Amino acid sequence: MAPILNIQNLYKSYGSVEILKDINVTIEPGDFLVLVGPSGCGKSTLLNCIAGLEPITGGSIDIGGQDMTHVSPKDRNIAMVFQSYALYPTMSVAKNITFGMKVRGVNATMQAEKLAEVAKQLQIEPLLQRRPAQLSGGQRQRVAMGRALVRDPKLFLFDEPLSNLDAKLRVEMRTEMKKLHQKLNASIVYVTHDQIEAMTLATKIVVMKGGVIQQIGTPSEIYNKPANLFVADFMGSPAMNLIPARVHKDASGSRIEIEREDGQSLVLNDAHHTNLPEDVIIGLRPEDIAEAGYRQGDDVQSAVCLVDVVEPAGADTYVVSKLGGKEVTARLHAETNATPGGNLTFAFDLAKVSYFAPKTGERLN
Amino acid sequence: MTDMPHPKAKTSSLSKTVLRWLLYIILCLFALYYLMPLFVMLTTSLKSLEEIRTGSLISLPRDITFDAWKTAWSGACTGIQCEGLRPYFWNSIQLAIPAVLISTLIGALNGYVVAQWRFKGANLIFSMMLFGCFIPFQVVLLPMARMLGLMGVAGTIPGLIFVHVIYGIGFTTLFFRNYYVTIPHELVKAAKVDGAGFFRIFWSIFLPLSLPIVVVTVIWQFTQIWNDFLFGVSFSQAGTQPVTVALNNIVNSTTGVKEYNVDMAAAIIAALPTLLVYVVAGKYFIRGLTAGSVKG
Amino acid sequence: MTEWLERHVPKMVLAPSFVAILIFVYGFIAWTAWVSLTRSRLLPRYDIEGFIQYERLFASPRWDTAMNNLFIFGALFIIVSMFLGLMIAIFLDQKIRAEGILRTIYLYPMALSLIVTGTAWKWILNPGLGIEAVIKGWGFESFEFNWLVDPNMAIYTVVIAGVWQASGFVMALFLAGLRSVDQEIIKAAQVDGIPTHRIYSAIIIPSMAPIFLSAFIVLSHLAIKSFDLVIALTGGGPGYATDLPATYMYAMAFSRGDIGQAASSAMIMMMVVFAIVVPYLYSELRAKND
Repeated sequence: MAPILNIQNLYKSYGSVEILKDINVTIEPGDFLVLVGPSGCGKSTLLNCIAGLEPITGGSIDIGGQDMTHVSPKDRNIAMVFQSYALYPTMSVAKNITFGMKVRGVNATMQAEKLAEVAKQLQIEPLLQRRPAQLSGGQRQRVAMGRALVRDPKLFLFDEPLSNLDAKLRVEMRTEMKKLHQKLNASIVYVTHDQIEAMTLATKIVVMKGGVIQQIGTPSEIYNKPANLFVADFMGSPAMNLIPARVHKDASGSRIEIEREDGQSLVLNDAHHTNLPEDVIIGLRPEDIAEAGYRQGDDVQSAVCLVDVVEPAGADTYVVSKLGGKEVTARLHAETNATPGGNLTFAFDLAKVSYFAPKTGERLN
Repeated sequence: MTDMPHPKAKTSSLSKTVLRWLLYIILCLFALYYLMPLFVMLTTSLKSLEEIRTGSLISLPRDITFDAWKTAWSGACTGIQCEGLRPYFWNSIQLAIPAVLISTLIGALNGYVVAQWRFKGANLIFSMMLFGCFIPFQVVLLPMARMLGLMGVAGTIPGLIFVHVIYGIGFTTLFFRNYYVTIPHELVKAAKVDGAGFFRIFWSIFLPLSLPIVVVTVIWQFTQIWNDFLFGVSFSQAGTQPVTVALNNIVNSTTGVKEYNVDMAAAIIAALPTLLVYVVAGKYFIRGLTAGSVKG
Repeated sequence: MTEWLERHVPKMVLAPSFVAILIFVYGFIAWTAWVSLTRSRLLPRYDIEGFIQYERLFASPRWDTAMNNLFIFGALFIIVSMFLGLMIAIFLDQKIRAEGILRTIYLYPMALSLIVTGTAWKWILNPGLGIEAVIKGWGFESFEFNWLVDPNMAIYTVVIAGVWQASGFVMALFLAGLRSVDQEIIKAAQVDGIPTHRIYSAIIIPSMAPIFLSAFIVLSHLAIKSFDLVIALTGGGPGYATDLPATYMYAMAFSRGDIGQAASSAMIMMMVVFAIVVPYLYSELRAKND
């Protein structure tokens, strides 16, 4: 089966400013692709290019196996949900949803049928005669979804659709969005700057920065094997600990030496990685640093560190210590008796360790 | 905190009351200053000539008479003709309505393009239009007089409509642009994805949103065109003159006795439409004034 | 084809206006500029002769009066309107009970035609039956107020009528400005115990600099374009005593049949306007683009 969306060597520039550089993305039917990155990384521009709302400077876009590079938005067989929802303010909810069909000359019975179907699916039947201004944020969001669903397109495009909702509603709508995706088996491209949203929703994540794709992969690939320092730092909360270290090789593997606050060194032994350069940045997720005795495994190694800050967060307690000149966060169990200023023995789990080259930021293992 | 009376509190509250009274008195004096000319116009128009000559400017009329109004409307002389303001009032209506409608429609479309369909050079064009709002019209009077002649509409009402539309576009475009830039561009994007084109989006989405700015623009244009004198006096001829020109001719006509009451009645008649608009839709009138000046 | 049409519709919609502006504003300015450099009299001539029209203009005592009048009228009109407007705006900003009505009263002159304003004030200021007669009637027999017919004073009657018309508008501008000052700053100052007049002079008024600027621009623009008011109030007289550049230009163009003089005086007017407006527009547009 042909990919639903196939972007090849896409370039986009405004005058002499390059916004997108050599973008290559493919998604299969049923994929939920999330474009994630900090603001200004070009993810929304890319989405607009896919929609045909922005002309591209180079490359090609295929949708559903057809070349759509120069086709106008209405003929691309897509539907789009916008950050501000972009509901037509003077039209009722029902008219908002049917406007597209009306423009396309779909007959009235068909329109009514489709409207009823979508309204039922989204549970917005009581709202149909209201104006957008009379709706709550969550209701507007649903109507915007309805407007997209009613088109039954090959590809859905979502431009930060949850970012205008308050925190609680956002979590609810996230779940609902996921359910909807599973139920319809729709193909979706979804833009967000929220990495948690990306992790929870996506089947495939594209991390972008400065108009360049940093990494494409499943959520677990992105999370566990970030391709570079940027991805490592951007995805995950609290962020991955990135600690400068020196590598000494010996017969049993690599000895990783990390400088501690008191000038002494902390040494971890890694038997699996033998071809590391002398200087590396070692990446460890907070959950891969535990309190000694609470984590077992072949790759767990202990060391004593000075505790700077203790932050209880209910289910977990975050403990901050200084290693290699960086603040390092460890995610400990809630009942830890770590105290600020005291010493604590940490268990470093090297099973999921990442190494990066300090100069290029690229992943080494 | 308790409510213990502070020793100073009493005197300061007394002086505060005095100050407030003073404030109201000053504001009322200003109100009198602004109202006085209207009051004088109105009372004078209701007096007989005899009473005007013997009485005081600011006294109320002893016997109210509407003769001056009748004369002003249908008998006063503007030079050789003595038909009153009526035909010229009608000229102004015939002139103002099409000119207002056309310039508003063009402004709406232009503003829609400049705000929501930007293309390379659109901003430059908009800046050039804005500049056009500020030129002293004296600089275009001579060539325009010739141009109207070439077009065969010199001295006609369609010619005047044309002039008012041309020099009104700058302002109407400005009004609509400033209104439409506040509408999120995502609306256009959504409608494009829905399959609507340029005019469909304008008609179905933007125009229904535009009522407030249409009212502001129509009022602004109507006031400008109704009150215009320069274009009227330069590009009209006997019979096609707008009401402001006719009023000036009545007041300055040298034939016969100076009838101040007729002058005043004529002035009020000429002012009535714009005053009415101001009273009915003052809010929009002010919005237009401030938008046209602050942002211009 | 439809694709192409779709993409270019916005340009095609804007094009007629653009062409119109190009011809009827910029083309006409160019025409006037051209003719101002010729010996045109009753009919325009197109061979350039240099600055003779401007030399004639600057040698003309009538033009001299007109420019002097513009300066006197413009300066007084702007200063007095701004002062009155600001004062009334501050007074109105004191949580006045009938603010809506008062504002309506102060602003209505702006809805009138300047011809109407001129006609009304011509009647009020006429020496025989107007204000002068009223004050004499109150027993001040020696009171004299004949500015309207006094060549030295007549220009000030134009100021009086102009200020009456425009000061309410300036008030509205300033009032909007006063209201848009961040209320939290004012509250902070009140908590600090700063007296009201100091809050105005030290905090609110300085923050309104842009409003002063736009009021100045609008008023100076009105002053330079003033034509109707003079025509209706004094007709430029007595003699040429209240001529302004605008009336001079009109007289040359339409009653004296001296197109060269009309064109050159119009050009001077435009230069005066542009000297004031261009820097302002430029900074406005730049600020908008940033």
